[in-house]
Amino acid sequence: MDLSNLIGLSRLQFAVTAAYHWLFVPLTLGLGFIIAIMELKYYRSGDEFWKRTTRFWMKLFAINFAIGVATGIILEFEFGTNWSNYSWFVGDIFGAPLAIEGIFAFFMESTFFAVMYFGWDKVGKKAHLVSTWLTAIGTNLSAVWILIANSWMQYPVGMEFNPDTARSEMTDFWAIVTSPVATNKFLHSVTNGYVLASIVVIAVSSWFLLKKREQELAHKSIRIASVFGGISLAVLIFTGDGSAYNVAKVQPMKLAAMEGLYEGSENAPLVAFGILNPDKDIMGTEGENEDPYLFDISFPNMLSLLATRKTDGFVPGINDIIRGGYEFTDREGNTSVQPSFERKKAMGTAAVNALAGYREARAAGDTAAMRSAEETLKENFDYFGYHYIEKAEDTVPDVPLVFYAFHLMVALGMFFIILFILFIATEWKNRLENHRWLLWTGIAAVPLVYICSQAGWIVAEAGRQPWTIQGLLPVNAAVSGISPGNVLTTLIILLVLFTALLCVELSIMFKQIKKGA
Amino acid sequence: MGLIKKIWLFYYDGFRSMTVGRTLWIVIIIKLFIIFAILRVFLFRPALSEYGSEEEKAEAVIENLVGNDNRP
Repeated sequence: MDLSNLIGLSRLQFAVTAAYHWLFVPLTLGLGFIIAIMELKYYRSGDEFWKRTTRFWMKLFAINFAIGVATGIILEFEFGTNWSNYSWFVGDIFGAPLAIEGIFAFFMESTFFAVMYFGWDKVGKKAHLVSTWLTAIGTNLSAVWILIANSWMQYPVGMEFNPDTARSEMTDFWAIVTSPVATNKFLHSVTNGYVLASIVVIAVSSWFLLKKREQELAHKSIRIASVFGGISLAVLIFTGDGSAYNVAKVQPMKLAAMEGLYEGSENAPLVAFGILNPDKDIMGTEGENEDPYLFDISFPNMLSLLATRKTDGFVPGINDIIRGGYEFTDREGNTSVQPSFERKKAMGTAAVNALAGYREARAAGDTAAMRSAEETLKENFDYFGYHYIEKAEDTVPDVPLVFYAFHLMVALGMFFIILFILFIATEWKNRLENHRWLLWTGIAAVPLVYICSQAGWIVAEAGRQPWTIQGLLPVNAAVSGISPGNVLTTLIILLVLFTALLCVELSIMFKQIKKGA
Repeated sequence: MGLIKKIWLFYYDGFRSMTVGRTLWIVIIIKLFIIFAILRVFLFRPALSEYGSEEEKAEAVIENLVGNDNRP
Protein backbone atom coordinates (compact mmCIF):
# COMPACT_ATOMS: atom_id res chain seq x y z
CA MET A 1 0.00 0.00 0.00
CA ASP A 2 1.28 3.47 -0.87
CA LEU A 3 0.92 4.99 2.59
CA SER A 4 2.08 8.49 1.66
CA ASN A 5 -0.54 8.64 -1.10
CA LEU A 6 -3.21 7.37 1.29
CA ILE A 7 -2.24 9.93 3.95
CA GLY A 8 -2.05 12.74 1.41
CA LEU A 9 -5.44 11.91 -0.09
CA SER A 10 -7.09 11.43 3.32
CA ARG A 11 -5.70 14.74 4.53
CA LEU A 12 -6.80 16.47 1.33
CA GLN A 13 -10.27 14.99 1.64
CA PHE A 14 -10.59 16.13 5.25
CA ALA A 15 -9.24 19.58 4.38
CA VAL A 16 -11.67 19.98 1.46
CA THR A 17 -14.64 18.89 3.61
CA ALA A 18 -13.66 21.16 6.51
CA ALA A 19 -12.97 24.11 4.20
CA TYR A 20 -16.35 23.79 2.46
CA HIS A 21 -18.11 23.33 5.81
CA TRP A 22 -16.42 26.49 7.07
CA LEU A 23 -17.71 28.42 4.05
CA PHE A 24 -21.23 28.11 5.48
CA VAL A 25 -20.63 28.19 9.24
CA PRO A 26 -19.17 31.68 9.90
CA LEU A 27 -21.97 33.51 8.09
CA THR A 28 -24.53 31.65 10.22
CA LEU A 29 -22.62 32.48 13.42
CA GLY A 30 -22.49 36.21 12.70
CA LEU A 31 -25.67 36.88 10.74
CA GLY A 32 -27.74 35.36 13.55
CA PHE A 33 -26.65 38.14 15.93
CA ILE A 34 -26.99 40.90 13.32
CA ILE A 35 -30.58 39.80 12.69
CA ALA A 36 -31.21 39.63 16.44
CA ILE A 37 -29.95 43.23 16.85
CA MET A 38 -32.22 44.37 14.01
CA GLU A 39 -35.22 42.65 15.54
CA LEU A 40 -34.40 44.23 18.90
CA LYS A 41 -34.68 47.61 17.14
CA TYR A 42 -38.07 46.55 15.77
CA TYR A 43 -39.19 45.41 19.23
CA ARG A 44 -38.15 48.69 20.82
CA SER A 45 -39.37 51.07 18.12
CA GLY A 46 -42.34 49.19 16.68
CA ASP A 47 -41.22 50.59 13.30
CA GLU A 48 -42.30 48.24 10.49
CA PHE A 49 -39.14 49.19 8.58
CA TRP A 50 -37.07 47.17 11.06
CA LYS A 51 -39.40 44.18 10.73
CA ARG A 52 -39.01 44.26 6.93
CA THR A 53 -35.21 44.65 7.27
CA THR A 54 -34.97 41.81 9.79
CA ARG A 55 -37.03 39.53 7.53
CA PHE A 56 -34.85 40.33 4.52
CA TRP A 57 -31.60 39.36 6.27
CA MET A 58 -33.36 36.42 7.93
CA LYS A 59 -34.10 35.05 4.47
CA LEU A 60 -30.38 35.11 3.58
CA PHE A 61 -29.59 33.54 6.97
CA ALA A 62 -32.04 30.71 6.23
CA ILE A 63 -30.55 30.04 2.79
CA ASN A 64 -27.05 29.81 4.21
CA PHE A 65 -28.22 27.71 7.17
CA ALA A 66 -30.18 25.29 4.98
CA ILE A 67 -27.37 24.73 2.50
CA GLY A 68 -24.70 24.40 5.17
CA VAL A 69 -26.57 22.20 7.63
CA ALA A 70 -25.22 18.64 7.95
CA THR A 71 -22.12 19.30 5.82
CA GLY A 72 -20.08 18.87 9.01
CA ILE A 73 -21.46 15.36 9.53
CA ILE A 74 -19.28 14.18 6.66
CA LEU A 75 -16.23 15.02 8.78
CA GLU A 76 -17.49 12.53 11.36
CA PHE A 77 -17.87 9.89 8.63
CA GLU A 78 -14.28 10.55 7.61
CA PHE A 79 -13.08 10.06 11.19
CA GLY A 80 -14.52 6.55 11.23
CA THR A 81 -13.54 5.55 7.70
CA ASN A 82 -10.25 7.28 6.95
CA TRP A 83 -8.93 7.92 10.45
CA SER A 84 -10.13 4.89 12.41
CA ASN A 85 -7.04 4.59 14.65
CA TYR A 86 -7.38 8.25 15.55
CA SER A 87 -11.13 7.94 16.02
CA TRP A 88 -10.68 5.03 18.41
CA PHE A 89 -7.71 6.61 20.19
CA VAL A 90 -9.59 9.83 21.05
CA GLY A 91 -12.40 7.79 22.59
CA ASP A 92 -15.00 9.70 24.57
CA ILE A 93 -12.99 12.95 24.48
CA PHE A 94 -14.52 13.60 21.08
CA GLY A 95 -17.73 11.68 21.68
CA ALA A 96 -18.98 13.74 24.63
CA PRO A 97 -18.60 17.24 23.09
CA LEU A 98 -20.06 16.07 19.78
CA ALA A 99 -23.04 14.45 21.52
CA ILE A 100 -23.69 17.67 23.45
CA GLU A 101 -23.38 19.59 20.18
CA GLY A 102 -25.98 17.31 18.60
CA ILE A 103 -28.42 17.93 21.46
CA PHE A 104 -27.88 21.70 21.32
CA ALA A 105 -28.15 21.79 17.55
CA PHE A 106 -31.35 19.76 17.55
CA PHE A 107 -33.24 21.28 20.45
CA MET A 108 -32.13 24.90 20.44
CA GLU A 109 -31.69 25.60 16.77
CA SER A 110 -34.56 23.55 15.38
CA THR A 111 -37.08 24.72 17.97
CA PHE A 112 -36.29 28.42 18.01
CA PHE A 113 -35.41 28.50 14.31
CA ALA A 114 -38.98 27.36 13.54
CA VAL A 115 -40.50 30.03 15.82
CA MET A 116 -38.21 32.62 14.21
CA TYR A 117 -39.49 31.79 10.70
CA PHE A 118 -43.05 30.63 11.21
CA GLY A 119 -43.94 32.67 14.26
CA TRP A 120 -44.02 36.28 13.04
CA ASP A 121 -47.81 36.57 13.30
CA LYS A 122 -48.38 33.63 15.62
CA VAL A 123 -46.38 34.43 18.74
CA GLY A 124 -45.99 37.71 20.61
CA LYS A 125 -43.28 40.21 19.64
CA LYS A 126 -41.31 39.44 22.78
CA ALA A 127 -41.47 35.65 22.31
CA HIS A 128 -40.36 36.07 18.71
CA LEU A 129 -37.46 38.29 19.69
CA VAL A 130 -36.37 35.78 22.34
CA SER A 131 -36.50 32.99 19.74
CA THR A 132 -34.33 34.96 17.33
CA TRP A 133 -31.75 35.63 20.04
CA LEU A 134 -31.84 31.99 21.17
CA THR A 135 -31.32 30.82 17.57
CA ALA A 136 -28.25 33.05 17.34
CA ILE A 137 -26.97 31.88 20.73
CA GLY A 138 -27.77 28.23 19.85
CA THR A 139 -25.73 28.29 16.64
CA ASN A 140 -22.81 29.77 18.58
CA LEU A 141 -23.16 27.23 21.39
CA SER A 142 -23.09 24.43 18.81
CA ALA A 143 -19.73 25.77 17.69
CA VAL A 144 -18.41 25.64 21.28
CA TRP A 145 -18.33 21.87 21.42
CA ILE A 146 -16.66 21.13 18.12
CA LEU A 147 -14.06 23.81 18.87
CA ILE A 148 -13.42 22.26 22.30
CA ALA A 149 -12.82 18.92 20.57
CA ASN A 150 -10.50 20.56 18.05
CA SER A 151 -8.62 22.37 20.82
CA TRP A 152 -8.09 19.12 22.68
CA MET A 153 -6.31 17.76 19.62
CA GLN A 154 -3.96 20.77 19.73
CA TYR A 155 -3.55 20.61 23.51
CA PRO A 156 -4.62 17.25 24.97
CA VAL A 157 -5.55 17.83 28.62
CA GLY A 158 -7.93 16.22 31.13
CA MET A 159 -7.40 12.69 29.83
CA GLU A 160 -5.69 9.44 30.63
CA PHE A 161 -4.77 6.72 28.14
CA ASN A 162 -6.20 3.30 28.93
CA PRO A 163 -3.81 0.58 27.68
CA ASP A 164 -6.55 -2.07 27.88
CA THR A 165 -8.79 -0.30 25.39
CA ALA A 166 -6.22 1.92 23.61
CA ARG A 167 -8.57 4.84 24.21
CA SER A 168 -8.18 8.21 25.85
CA GLU A 169 -10.50 8.47 28.81
CA MET A 170 -11.77 11.77 30.13
CA THR A 171 -10.53 12.39 33.67
CA ASP A 172 -11.39 16.07 33.95
CA PHE A 173 -14.28 17.38 31.84
CA TRP A 174 -13.77 20.97 33.01
CA ALA A 175 -10.06 20.91 32.19
CA ILE A 176 -11.04 20.07 28.61
CA VAL A 177 -13.88 22.59 28.44
CA THR A 178 -12.00 25.45 30.09
CA SER A 179 -8.62 24.79 28.52
CA PRO A 180 -7.12 28.18 27.57
CA VAL A 181 -6.63 26.92 24.04
CA ALA A 182 -10.34 26.03 23.80
CA THR A 183 -11.70 29.28 25.23
CA ASN A 184 -9.43 31.37 23.05
CA LYS A 185 -10.13 29.29 19.94
CA PHE A 186 -13.88 29.61 20.49
CA LEU A 187 -13.74 33.40 20.83
CA HIS A 188 -11.36 33.74 17.88
CA SER A 189 -13.48 31.52 15.62
CA VAL A 190 -16.88 33.03 16.44
CA THR A 191 -15.66 36.62 16.20
CA ASN A 192 -14.21 35.67 12.84
CA GLY A 193 -17.76 34.67 11.90
CA TYR A 194 -19.11 38.01 13.15
CA VAL A 195 -16.57 39.95 11.07
CA LEU A 196 -17.34 37.83 8.00
CA ALA A 197 -21.11 38.28 8.37
CA SER A 198 -20.68 42.02 8.90
CA ILE A 199 -18.72 42.31 5.67
CA VAL A 200 -21.37 40.29 3.79
CA VAL A 201 -24.07 42.67 5.12
CA ILE A 202 -21.95 45.68 4.14
CA ALA A 203 -21.35 44.20 0.67
CA VAL A 204 -25.03 43.47 -0.05
CA SER A 205 -25.98 46.92 1.27
CA SER A 206 -23.25 48.53 -0.85
CA TRP A 207 -24.69 46.81 -3.92
CA PHE A 208 -28.13 48.24 -3.11
CA LEU A 209 -26.63 51.72 -2.79
CA LEU A 210 -24.78 51.40 -6.09
CA LYS A 211 -28.07 50.33 -7.71
CA LYS A 212 -29.94 53.09 -5.84
CA ARG A 213 -32.35 50.53 -4.37
CA GLU A 214 -33.42 49.76 -0.77
CA GLN A 215 -31.43 52.78 0.36
CA GLU A 216 -32.81 53.11 3.87
CA LEU A 217 -32.34 49.37 4.48
CA ALA A 218 -28.81 49.58 3.10
CA HIS A 219 -27.75 52.60 5.17
CA LYS A 220 -29.17 51.27 8.43
CA SER A 221 -27.79 47.79 7.81
CA ILE A 222 -24.34 49.26 7.14
CA ARG A 223 -24.55 51.18 10.42
CA ILE A 224 -25.27 48.02 12.41
CA ALA A 225 -22.84 45.80 10.49
CA SER A 226 -19.91 48.22 10.56
CA VAL A 227 -20.18 48.80 14.32
CA PHE A 228 -20.84 45.13 15.11
CA GLY A 229 -18.02 44.10 12.73
CA GLY A 230 -15.64 46.72 14.12
CA ILE A 231 -16.19 45.63 17.74
CA SER A 232 -15.89 41.97 16.73
CA LEU A 233 -12.67 42.71 14.87
CA ALA A 234 -11.20 44.30 18.01
CA VAL A 235 -12.01 41.08 19.94
CA LEU A 236 -10.67 39.03 17.02
CA ILE A 237 -7.32 40.85 17.17
CA PHE A 238 -7.17 40.47 20.97
CA THR A 239 -7.89 36.71 20.75
CA GLY A 240 -5.48 36.44 17.82
CA ASP A 241 -2.77 37.65 20.18
CA GLY A 242 -3.95 35.09 22.76
CA SER A 243 -3.93 32.43 20.08
CA ALA A 244 -0.32 33.20 19.13
CA TYR A 245 0.67 33.06 22.83
CA ASN A 246 -1.05 29.68 23.23
CA VAL A 247 0.63 28.35 20.10
CA ALA A 248 4.00 29.48 21.45
CA LYS A 249 3.33 27.56 24.66
CA VAL A 250 1.75 24.35 23.37
CA GLN A 251 2.84 24.08 19.71
CA PRO A 252 6.14 25.96 19.37
CA MET A 253 6.90 24.25 16.04
CA LYS A 254 3.72 25.78 14.60
CA LEU A 255 4.77 29.26 15.72
CA ALA A 256 8.25 28.75 14.22
CA ALA A 257 6.62 27.74 10.89
CA MET A 258 4.21 30.72 11.04
CA GLU A 259 7.24 33.03 11.25
CA GLY A 260 9.69 31.03 9.08
CA LEU A 261 11.93 31.03 12.15
CA TYR A 262 14.70 28.44 11.83
CA GLU A 263 17.09 29.69 14.53
CA GLY A 264 15.49 31.01 17.68
CA SER A 265 16.70 33.97 19.67
CA GLU A 266 15.99 36.37 22.47
CA ASN A 267 14.56 39.71 21.31
CA ALA A 268 13.10 37.82 18.35
CA PRO A 269 11.63 40.07 15.62
CA LEU A 270 8.15 39.63 14.15
CA VAL A 271 7.98 39.48 10.36
CA ALA A 272 5.44 42.03 9.11
CA PHE A 273 6.06 41.18 5.47
CA GLY A 274 8.44 38.67 4.02
CA ILE A 275 9.30 36.45 1.08
CA LEU A 276 10.71 33.09 2.09
CA ASN A 277 13.89 31.77 0.54
CA PRO A 278 12.84 28.53 -1.22
CA ASP A 279 16.38 27.11 -0.75
CA LYS A 280 16.24 27.43 3.04
CA ASP A 281 15.93 24.13 4.89
CA ILE A 282 16.42 22.70 8.37
CA MET A 283 19.73 21.79 10.05
CA GLY A 284 21.69 18.90 8.55
CA THR A 285 20.52 19.65 5.01
CA GLU A 286 22.05 21.49 2.04
CA GLY A 287 19.92 24.55 2.69
CA GLU A 288 20.75 24.93 6.37
CA ASN A 289 23.08 27.92 5.88
CA GLU A 290 20.78 29.86 3.56
CA ASP A 291 18.99 32.98 4.81
CA PRO A 292 15.37 32.20 5.67
CA TYR A 293 13.99 35.21 3.78
CA LEU A 294 14.73 36.74 0.38
CA PHE A 295 13.19 39.91 1.73
CA ASP A 296 11.56 40.85 4.99
CA ILE A 297 10.31 43.80 7.00
CA SER A 298 10.31 42.94 10.70
CA PHE A 299 9.42 44.58 13.99
CA PRO A 300 12.25 44.14 16.53
CA ASN A 301 11.44 42.22 19.76
CA MET A 302 7.79 41.79 18.83
CA LEU A 303 7.81 38.00 18.36
CA SER A 304 9.41 37.60 21.80
CA LEU A 305 6.72 39.86 23.24
CA LEU A 306 3.96 37.92 21.47
CA ALA A 307 5.27 34.50 22.51
CA THR A 308 6.67 35.13 25.99
CA ARG A 309 5.16 38.49 27.02
CA LYS A 310 8.72 39.77 27.43
CA THR A 311 10.65 41.68 24.77
CA ASP A 312 13.81 39.70 25.54
CA GLY A 313 12.16 36.27 25.88
CA PHE A 314 13.68 33.36 23.98
CA VAL A 315 11.59 32.05 21.08
CA PRO A 316 12.77 28.67 19.77
CA GLY A 317 13.15 28.19 16.02
CA ILE A 318 12.61 25.00 14.01
CA ASN A 319 16.22 23.88 14.50
CA ASP A 320 16.13 24.61 18.26
CA ILE A 321 13.06 22.42 18.65
CA ILE A 322 14.75 19.58 16.74
CA ARG A 323 18.04 20.05 18.59
CA GLY A 324 16.48 20.55 22.04
CA GLY A 325 18.56 21.70 25.00
CA TYR A 326 16.87 25.08 25.51
CA GLU A 327 14.81 26.17 28.50
CA PHE A 328 11.10 26.34 27.89
CA THR A 329 8.20 27.39 30.12
CA ASP A 330 4.99 25.57 29.27
CA ARG A 331 1.35 26.72 29.57
CA GLU A 332 1.23 25.62 33.23
CA GLY A 333 4.34 27.66 34.06
CA ASN A 334 6.71 24.68 34.43
CA THR A 335 10.20 25.39 33.13
CA SER A 336 12.31 22.53 31.77
CA VAL A 337 15.12 21.85 29.34
CA GLN A 338 13.56 20.54 26.15
CA PRO A 339 14.59 17.12 24.83
CA SER A 340 15.97 16.72 21.31
CA PHE A 341 13.99 15.00 18.56
CA GLU A 342 16.09 11.85 19.04
CA ARG A 343 15.30 11.82 22.77
CA LYS A 344 11.59 12.35 22.13
CA LYS A 345 11.63 9.53 19.58
CA ALA A 346 13.36 7.24 22.07
CA MET A 347 10.70 8.06 24.70
CA GLY A 348 7.98 7.47 22.12
CA THR A 349 9.42 4.08 21.28
CA ALA A 350 9.65 3.25 24.99
CA ALA A 351 5.94 4.13 25.33
CA VAL A 352 4.87 2.05 22.32
CA ASN A 353 7.01 -0.90 23.44
CA ALA A 354 5.47 -0.59 26.90
CA LEU A 355 2.00 -0.79 25.35
CA ALA A 356 3.07 -3.94 23.46
CA GLY A 357 4.60 -5.32 26.67
CA TYR A 358 1.43 -4.55 28.59
CA ARG A 359 -0.63 -6.49 26.09
CA GLU A 360 1.70 -9.49 26.25
CA ALA A 361 1.78 -9.41 30.07
CA ARG A 362 -2.00 -9.22 30.20
CA ALA A 363 -2.29 -12.24 27.87
CA ALA A 364 0.13 -14.13 30.14
CA GLY A 365 -1.72 -13.01 33.27
CA ASP A 366 1.48 -11.42 34.66
CA THR A 367 0.15 -8.54 36.80
CA ALA A 368 3.59 -7.36 37.96
CA ALA A 369 4.79 -7.03 34.36
CA MET A 370 1.53 -5.26 33.47
CA ARG A 371 2.08 -2.68 36.24
CA SER A 372 5.67 -2.12 35.21
CA ALA A 373 4.71 -1.68 31.54
CA GLU A 374 1.90 0.70 32.50
CA GLU A 375 4.32 2.83 34.51
CA THR A 376 6.77 3.04 31.62
CA LEU A 377 3.90 3.94 29.31
CA LYS A 378 2.75 6.74 31.63
CA GLU A 379 6.27 8.13 32.03
CA ASN A 380 6.80 8.40 28.29
CA PHE A 381 3.25 8.91 27.09
CA ASP A 382 3.66 12.63 26.26
CA TYR A 383 5.96 11.56 23.40
CA PHE A 384 4.02 8.43 22.34
CA GLY A 385 3.54 9.67 18.78
CA TYR A 386 7.22 10.38 18.16
CA HIS A 387 7.75 6.66 17.75
CA TYR A 388 6.01 6.85 14.38
CA ILE A 389 8.08 9.77 13.10
CA GLU A 390 11.00 8.59 11.01
CA LYS A 391 13.10 11.72 10.63
CA ALA A 392 13.35 15.06 12.43
CA GLU A 393 12.27 16.90 9.27
CA ASP A 394 8.95 15.01 9.40
CA THR A 395 8.05 17.00 12.53
CA VAL A 396 8.20 20.26 10.54
CA PRO A 397 4.96 21.44 8.90
CA ASP A 398 4.86 22.93 5.41
CA VAL A 399 6.62 26.20 6.28
CA PRO A 400 5.69 28.24 3.14
CA LEU A 401 2.01 27.22 3.39
CA VAL A 402 1.78 28.13 7.10
CA PHE A 403 3.93 31.28 6.81
CA TYR A 404 2.02 32.78 3.87
CA ALA A 405 -1.40 31.75 5.23
CA PHE A 406 -0.57 33.44 8.55
CA HIS A 407 0.74 36.64 7.00
CA LEU A 408 -2.14 36.81 4.51
CA MET A 409 -4.62 36.42 7.38
CA VAL A 410 -2.95 39.21 9.39
CA ALA A 411 -2.66 41.53 6.34
CA LEU A 412 -6.35 41.04 5.50
CA GLY A 413 -7.24 41.66 9.14
CA MET A 414 -5.45 45.02 8.93
CA PHE A 415 -7.33 45.79 5.70
CA PHE A 416 -10.67 45.07 7.43
CA ILE A 417 -9.81 47.51 10.25
CA ILE A 418 -9.41 50.28 7.66
CA LEU A 419 -12.56 49.15 5.85
CA PHE A 420 -14.74 49.27 8.98
CA ILE A 421 -13.34 52.66 9.98
CA LEU A 422 -14.02 54.06 6.50
CA PHE A 423 -17.57 52.69 6.43
CA ILE A 424 -18.35 53.99 9.93
CA ALA A 425 -16.89 57.45 9.20
CA THR A 426 -18.47 57.82 5.76
CA GLU A 427 -21.88 56.46 6.72
CA TRP A 428 -22.17 58.72 9.77
CA LYS A 429 -21.35 61.71 7.56
CA ASN A 430 -24.05 60.54 5.11
CA ARG A 431 -21.53 60.54 2.30
CA LEU A 432 -21.41 56.90 1.30
CA GLU A 433 -23.07 57.47 -2.10
CA ASN A 434 -20.33 60.00 -2.95
CA HIS A 435 -17.68 57.31 -2.55
CA ARG A 436 -18.57 54.64 -5.07
CA TRP A 437 -15.05 53.21 -4.82
CA LEU A 438 -15.71 52.47 -1.15
CA LEU A 439 -18.97 50.70 -1.99
CA TRP A 440 -17.15 48.62 -4.61
CA THR A 441 -14.39 47.89 -2.06
CA GLY A 442 -17.07 46.68 0.37
CA ILE A 443 -18.30 44.23 -2.28
CA ALA A 444 -14.75 43.12 -3.16
CA ALA A 445 -14.11 42.46 0.54
CA VAL A 446 -16.46 39.43 0.53
CA PRO A 447 -14.07 36.98 -1.20
CA LEU A 448 -11.22 38.47 0.85
CA VAL A 449 -12.93 37.83 4.19
CA TYR A 450 -13.62 34.22 3.18
CA ILE A 451 -9.97 33.81 2.13
CA CYS A 452 -8.90 35.33 5.47
CA SER A 453 -11.15 32.95 7.39
CA GLN A 454 -9.86 29.90 5.51
CA ALA A 455 -6.26 31.10 5.94
CA GLY A 456 -6.79 31.07 9.71
CA TRP A 457 -7.80 27.43 9.61
CA ILE A 458 -4.85 26.58 7.33
CA VAL A 459 -2.52 28.07 9.97
CA ALA A 460 -4.26 26.13 12.75
CA GLU A 461 -4.47 22.78 10.99
CA ALA A 462 -1.58 22.65 8.50
CA GLY A 463 0.58 24.25 11.20
CA ARG A 464 0.14 21.33 13.58
CA GLN A 465 1.22 18.70 11.08
CA PRO A 466 2.24 15.90 11.34
CA TRP A 467 0.04 15.60 14.44
CA THR A 468 -3.61 14.62 14.60
CA ILE A 469 -3.22 14.81 18.40
CA GLN A 470 -0.28 16.93 19.45
CA GLY A 471 2.68 14.71 20.38
CA LEU A 472 0.52 11.60 20.71
CA LEU A 473 -0.63 10.50 17.28
CA PRO A 474 0.83 11.57 13.93
CA VAL A 475 -1.14 11.20 10.69
CA ASN A 476 0.72 8.05 9.60
CA ALA A 477 -0.37 6.21 12.78
CA ALA A 478 -3.87 7.69 12.75
CA VAL A 479 -4.88 6.75 9.21
CA SER A 480 -6.95 3.63 8.36
CA GLY A 481 -5.56 0.94 6.15
CA ILE A 482 -7.97 1.58 3.29
CA SER A 483 -7.39 1.84 -0.43
CA PRO A 484 -6.19 5.25 -1.72
CA GLY A 485 -8.48 4.64 -4.71
CA ASN A 486 -11.52 4.64 -2.40
CA VAL A 487 -10.39 7.87 -0.80
CA LEU A 488 -9.87 9.47 -4.22
CA THR A 489 -13.37 8.38 -5.33
CA THR A 490 -15.07 9.86 -2.27
CA LEU A 491 -12.93 12.99 -2.56
CA ILE A 492 -14.20 13.55 -6.11
CA ILE A 493 -17.82 12.87 -5.06
CA LEU A 494 -17.52 15.31 -2.16
CA LEU A 495 -15.98 17.97 -4.39
CA VAL A 496 -18.89 17.64 -6.82
CA LEU A 497 -21.48 17.64 -4.00
CA PHE A 498 -20.02 20.64 -2.19
CA THR A 499 -19.50 22.64 -5.37
CA ALA A 500 -23.11 21.93 -6.36
CA LEU A 501 -24.31 23.06 -2.93
CA LEU A 502 -22.25 26.23 -3.15
CA CYS A 503 -23.62 27.00 -6.61
CA VAL A 504 -27.20 26.41 -5.37
CA GLU A 505 -26.58 28.66 -2.36
CA LEU A 506 -25.11 31.47 -4.43
CA SER A 507 -27.85 31.18 -7.03
CA ILE A 508 -30.72 31.31 -4.48
CA MET A 509 -29.00 34.02 -2.47
CA PHE A 510 -28.31 36.28 -5.46
CA LYS A 511 -31.93 35.84 -6.57
CA GLN A 512 -33.22 36.89 -3.14
CA ILE A 513 -30.84 39.84 -2.93
CA LYS A 514 -31.97 41.03 -6.38
CA LYS A 515 -35.59 40.77 -5.23
CA GLY A 516 -34.83 42.98 -2.25
CA ALA A 517 -36.80 43.27 0.96
CA MET B 1 -57.29 23.53 21.41
CA GLY B 2 -54.76 21.07 22.79
CA LEU B 3 -51.10 21.98 22.93
CA ILE B 4 -50.09 19.24 20.50
CA LYS B 5 -52.66 20.41 17.95
CA LYS B 6 -51.43 23.99 18.34
CA ILE B 7 -47.84 22.90 17.70
CA TRP B 8 -48.95 20.80 14.73
CA LEU B 9 -50.85 23.72 13.19
CA PHE B 10 -47.94 26.05 13.84
CA TYR B 11 -45.60 23.89 11.79
CA TYR B 12 -48.27 22.92 9.21
CA ASP B 13 -49.18 26.55 8.45
CA GLY B 14 -45.54 27.52 8.51
CA PHE B 15 -44.54 24.93 5.95
CA ARG B 16 -47.59 25.65 3.76
CA SER B 17 -46.83 29.34 3.57
CA MET B 18 -43.17 28.91 2.66
CA THR B 19 -41.86 30.31 -0.63
CA VAL B 20 -38.07 30.17 -0.79
CA GLY B 21 -38.27 27.67 2.06
CA ARG B 22 -39.75 25.04 -0.25
CA THR B 23 -36.73 25.15 -2.54
CA LEU B 24 -34.50 25.01 0.50
CA TRP B 25 -36.32 21.98 1.89
CA ILE B 26 -35.91 20.19 -1.46
CA VAL B 27 -32.17 20.97 -1.34
CA ILE B 28 -31.96 19.77 2.28
CA ILE B 29 -33.79 16.51 1.55
CA ILE B 30 -31.65 15.73 -1.53
CA LYS B 31 -28.52 16.59 0.43
CA LEU B 32 -29.47 14.44 3.43
CA PHE B 33 -30.36 11.57 1.10
CA ILE B 34 -26.94 11.77 -0.57
CA ILE B 35 -25.14 12.07 2.78
CA PHE B 36 -26.94 9.34 4.72
CA ALA B 37 -28.32 6.95 2.09
CA ILE B 38 -25.40 7.00 -0.34
CA LEU B 39 -22.21 8.32 1.27
CA ARG B 40 -22.73 6.74 4.68
CA VAL B 41 -24.09 3.39 3.49
CA PHE B 42 -21.83 2.72 0.52
CA LEU B 43 -18.73 4.87 0.78
CA PHE B 44 -18.04 5.87 4.38
CA ARG B 45 -18.31 2.64 6.33
CA PRO B 46 -16.43 2.75 9.62
CA ALA B 47 -13.13 0.94 9.11
CA LEU B 48 -13.50 -0.89 12.45
CA SER B 49 -17.03 -2.13 11.70
CA GLU B 50 -15.66 -5.50 10.55
CA TYR B 51 -14.85 -6.21 14.19
CA GLY B 52 -17.83 -7.27 16.25
CA SER B 53 -17.11 -6.38 19.85
CA GLU B 54 -15.43 -3.40 21.49
CA GLU B 55 -12.64 -5.73 22.66
CA GLU B 56 -11.93 -6.83 19.10
CA LYS B 57 -11.86 -3.22 17.94
CA ALA B 58 -9.45 -2.32 20.75
CA GLU B 59 -7.23 -5.27 19.82
CA ALA B 60 -7.22 -4.22 16.17
CA VAL B 61 -6.20 -0.64 17.03
CA ILE B 62 -3.51 -1.80 19.49
CA GLU B 63 -2.20 -4.14 16.80
CA ASN B 64 -2.06 -1.19 14.39
CA LEU B 65 -0.22 0.90 16.99
CA VAL B 66 2.29 -1.65 18.24
CA GLY B 67 2.50 -3.89 15.18
CA ASN B 68 4.99 -3.42 12.39
CA ASP B 69 2.66 -1.88 9.80
CA ASN B 70 2.72 1.61 11.23
CA ARG B 71 6.30 1.61 12.41
CA PRO B 72 8.84 3.62 10.49
